[in-house]
Amino acid sequence: MVTRGKTAVNHNDCESPGRLKPIIEFRDVKYQVNTTNSRPVLDGVSLEIHQGETIALLGRSGSGKTTMLKMINRLRSFSSGDVVVDGRSVAEWDPIKLRRGIGYVIQEIGLFPHLTLEENVSIVPGLEGWPADRIKSRFTEVLQLVGLDPSEFAGRYPRELSGGQRQRVGVARALAADPSILLMDEPFGALDPATRAELQQEFLGLVRRVSKTIVLVTHDLREALLLGTRVVLLDAGKIVASAAPQEFLKLDHPVARQFIAASELVTGAAA
Amino acid sequence: MSVWEFFATHQAEILTATREHLTLVVVSMAIAIAIAVPVGLALVSHPKWRPVVLAVANIFQTIPSLALFGFLIPLPLLGGIGARTAIVALVLYALLPILRNTYVGLTGVDPAILEAAEAMGMTEVQILFRVRLPLATSFILAGIRTATVITIGVATIAAAIGAGGLGTFIFRGVAMVSETVILAGAIPAALLALLADFLFGLLERRLKVV
Repeated sequence: MVTRGKTAVNHNDCESPGRLKPIIEFRDVKYQVNTTNSRPVLDGVSLEIHQGETIALLGRSGSGKTTMLKMINRLRSFSSGDVVVDGRSVAEWDPIKLRRGIGYVIQEIGLFPHLTLEENVSIVPGLEGWPADRIKSRFTEVLQLVGLDPSEFAGRYPRELSGGQRQRVGVARALAADPSILLMDEPFGALDPATRAELQQEFLGLVRRVSKTIVLVTHDLREALLLGTRVVLLDAGKIVASAAPQEFLKLDHPVARQFIAASELVTGAAA
Repeated sequence: MSVWEFFATHQAEILTATREHLTLVVVSMAIAIAIAVPVGLALVSHPKWRPVVLAVANIFQTIPSLALFGFLIPLPLLGGIGARTAIVALVLYALLPILRNTYVGLTGVDPAILEAAEAMGMTEVQILFRVRLPLATSFILAGIRTATVITIGVATIAAAIGAGGLGTFIFRGVAMVSETVILAGAIPAALLALLADFLFGLLERRLKVV
């Protein structure tokens, strides 16, 4: 059970009934690093992300997918265009407030090695000034949510955990303050295939229980198709395709075909 | 007279000198830590000052210690004969190892951890004190350890400007061409250095979380 806590983002205020306002919107976003002759990291990206969607940003290394993700919580800036979160440009948001309303999970996890799991998971609720008993019960709640026994793990340090357990704690920490948006940068990338498959299945179960808008970066087509409600394909700083998983396999775009061929999903799709 | 006989007959005098020596070291180290650690913390958010600050700290360390003591004597307020001048010199010597280790420890934190902290909505100050500082503890402690051992050695020279300590025996021994008297100062100083090193080693191991 997830209680709706105070979050930076509130979606009940739609402009007009029937036409839902996107919770995250990229408006012709360009990002170029200083030099004039180099290719822009992002080159005119526009994307609307609606509440409850799980967007899989798919692309090779250097396609700009991670940069795009990090623009949502203002870890990266952009040269032109705009990124709008909950109706406000990220430039107008107080970055601290914006980030506390957005959960963030990265491949290297970024758990603090000097803090116990309970301390790690309780950071954002603590920063937000929640009362101690509410922080405590929230810790129990999110740890159960990711399939770990709270009493067994509370006092442990990150180094005492396996990769899969650490990744679970990373997700628990991101969910702790009950944000409405979750950003995940190759969250399962560092895991062995068996653990990865296990966590992907758990992730699907988790997404059903918590209603979050999720943006997930991956270079693995299978993962994108499995976890995403929509797959957005990036190539050289541009969005070249955006489709629901079942539509994605039918795409003709050469980069999409490359990914499909590389994942050996052609035969599976034909069957 | 053998060294041991000298120790036996001058027990009280050696103990007093050791106490003076320890006082010089403890006071100097306390002041050096109180300066170097905050300066190191400040450098994290003002990295352009780093070359200047480290260069200044470096210069103090390159001045031969006897010369530094000599230079300080004529200075008003800081200078003169006695323990105060010695402490000023010892502080200047101890700054660099603490400052450098503090800075390296604070800035050497895994970028993934810093990014996670930033993404969680921690402010710069919160990141500095709740993430960087605890993760830099063992580095800072190692700097303090090095500085302490150096200071115990350099403090023997403080006797040259009348600050007392175990250097008194060393200088007296040199003047008397008496190995025994030199050793009466050198052995306790060496033991102090070894003991300090050992104790800091224990502390480092206890605090080692990462």
